[in-house]
Amino acid sequence: MKILVAVKRVIDYNVKVRVKADNTGVETANVKMSMNPFCEIAVEEAVRLKEQGVASEIIVASIGPQQSQETLRTALALGADRAILVKTDEEVQPLAVSKILKELVNKESPDMVILGKQTIDGDNNQTGQMLSALLDWPQGTFASKVVVEDGKVNVTREIDGGLETVALQLPAVVTTDLRLNEPRFASLPNIMKAKKKTLDETTPDELGVDISPRVKTLKVESPPAREAGIKVESVDELVEKLKNEAKVI
Amino acid sequence: MTTLVIAEHTNSELLPSTLNTVAAAKFLGNDIHVLVAGHNADSVAEAAAKVEGVAKVIAVNDEKLEHALAENVANLTVELAEGYSHILAPATTFGKNFMPRVAAKLDVQMISDIVSVESDDTFKRPVYAGNAIATVQSADNVKVVTVRATAFDAVAAEGGSADVDSKTLSSGFEKSSFVGQELTESERPELTGAKVIISGGRGMQSGENFHMLEEIADKLGAAVGASRAAVDAGFVPNDYQVGQTGKIVAPELYIAVGISGAIQHLAGMKDSKVIVAINKDEEAPIFQVADYGLVADLFKVLPELKEAL
Ligand SMILES: Cc1cc2nc3c(=O)[nH]c(=O)nc-3n(C[C@H](O)[C@H](O)[C@H](O)COP(=O)(O)OP(=O)(O)OC[C@H]3O[C@@H](n4cnc5c(N)ncnc54)[C@H](O)[C@@H]3O)c2cc1C
Ligand SMILES: Nc1ncnc2c1ncn2[C@@H]1O[C@H](COP(=O)(O)O)[C@@H](O)[C@H]1O
Repeated sequence: MKILVAVKRVIDYNVKVRVKADNTGVETANVKMSMNPFCEIAVEEAVRLKEQGVASEIIVASIGPQQSQETLRTALALGADRAILVKTDEEVQPLAVSKILKELVNKESPDMVILGKQTIDGDNNQTGQMLSALLDWPQGTFASKVVVEDGKVNVTREIDGGLETVALQLPAVVTTDLRLNEPRFASLPNIMKAKKKTLDETTPDELGVDISPRVKTLKVESPPAREAGIKVESVDELVEKLKNEAKVI
Repeated sequence: MTTLVIAEHTNSELLPSTLNTVAAAKFLGNDIHVLVAGHNADSVAEAAAKVEGVAKVIAVNDEKLEHALAENVANLTVELAEGYSHILAPATTFGKNFMPRVAAKLDVQMISDIVSVESDDTFKRPVYAGNAIATVQSADNVKVVTVRATAFDAVAAEGGSADVDSKTLSSGFEKSSFVGQELTESERPELTGAKVIISGGRGMQSGENFHMLEEIADKLGAAVGASRAAVDAGFVPNDYQVGQTGKIVAPELYIAVGISGAIQHLAGMKDSKVIVAINKDEEAPIFQVADYGLVADLFKVLPELKEAL
């Protein structure tokens, strides 16, 4: 079975993101970039399926600027077999990302596409579901467990009330939640090996996908700041303040 | 122009997130229709018809809709979409699951998790774990939008008298099926609707120790939440997680115990009215957002707190 994994390069989750003074976006100059954490989980899951003998080939794809190559090399070092960069310096919104991924699916015919549930920059949580709709494939989102057997995949999903399991006929789309696995670190030999793996490049144009944004960002602002309050010395003082000052208990 | 709100429910009860979503819809100023897609969910349709501001309820009952599989709810919504200028659902795991499918099938770029309605095509939404708020404008014919429930005060559940129009599901999606679920049973209020929440983090050290929080929760009528670290460590189930990628809450009072205050946790609770932090590390970032901070060992002060309440 062939697996396609979609990975995005984003501002590292440890960076304290700052809004630009002109309110057009957030500071990205000299900011550490990494693979979106949910995408790391997606790569790890694919690698585990390969180690279990379920998957035979893992292709990783990223849509973004030239530097997204680094993210793809990381995925290759973690165990993916080859990579595709769909190069563009434009902003690509989830609908367009899913259209591009659909084209890649048509070319590569994977049995499963694994994506992160959410990118931590746009916090959209859309692409996997959109791709699955465009392909008319079943979807298992927010996965905390993935079991492949007899031409189907059972996906246990993290939902607001607890957990839910769905059975999907392959081919299917899966999006990862935090508890699906703990991604490994790439070893030095694997990082070296990754440099020799195939990384193909294409563009949205070559794939025939119009990526013009449908949603315009008019302004980006800092959220209203929350003032730090006071320190209390004891439980009694705390309870007194909650009762008489804040009046919340 | 008319807005279609997709109701979240349990087949027997309309969930509060629907009332928050109708509240967001009211800002658009259009007529509001509510779709109740379920199985044996007549009581939900009746409840939806009573919601303040709702002009019409569309009820679709079918076995295939019982578990709200995204593929079925999305296909149904798309079939009904004609004539609507806006389609709204709560940004809960229910709405997040099917709404992007609706958008993709309508060839629309969806807008996730709005916190305000600026005009009929312009909305505000948090990005980067709430470190920035973006004002975005949609150029699509239909606006497909999910709504952050905590950002909109619920409309009244009573007072309306809408007509209920029954429709049928034309066909079910065959390639996915529901296998089972493990829902967390609790006598306590649901996290996203609770007025008071007490959450524990890695500092709690074990699942057993969460009993200390539960006892206090029972005294306060509070819900119990957790940080990701506490969930990952297996102290509590996944649905306790508050944060950027868990639940978004905004209670009157949020008490964070043994939680450091990582940005991803703050993203889920910093709109709470009053925040209390109990942490033994006075440098913990949680104190930067706390109205009342207590620098102390939680194992010492939780029993005291229980007594003092
Ligand atoms: C993609 C991504 C998404 C994430 N999403 C979320 C999310 O939705 N929600 C979330 O919460 N996190 C999320 N995280 C994780 C987040 O970054 C932090 O790792 C996590 O919130 C830390 O949890 P914690 O505060 O319980 O643990 P820690 O950071 O380890 O803090 C434990 C705290 O307990 C205190 N403590 C220890 N013992 C005691 C004691 N005896 N008495 C008093 N205090 C004590 C310590 O001083 C410390 O401050 C996410 C991370 C990533 C990468
Ligand atoms: N530019 C991109 N390139 C590759 N994959 C992407 C891109 N944007 C989103 N994705 C995938 O879609 C998932 C969800 O993203 P989003 O819908 O933007 O929250 C991510 O975790 C990735 O797996």
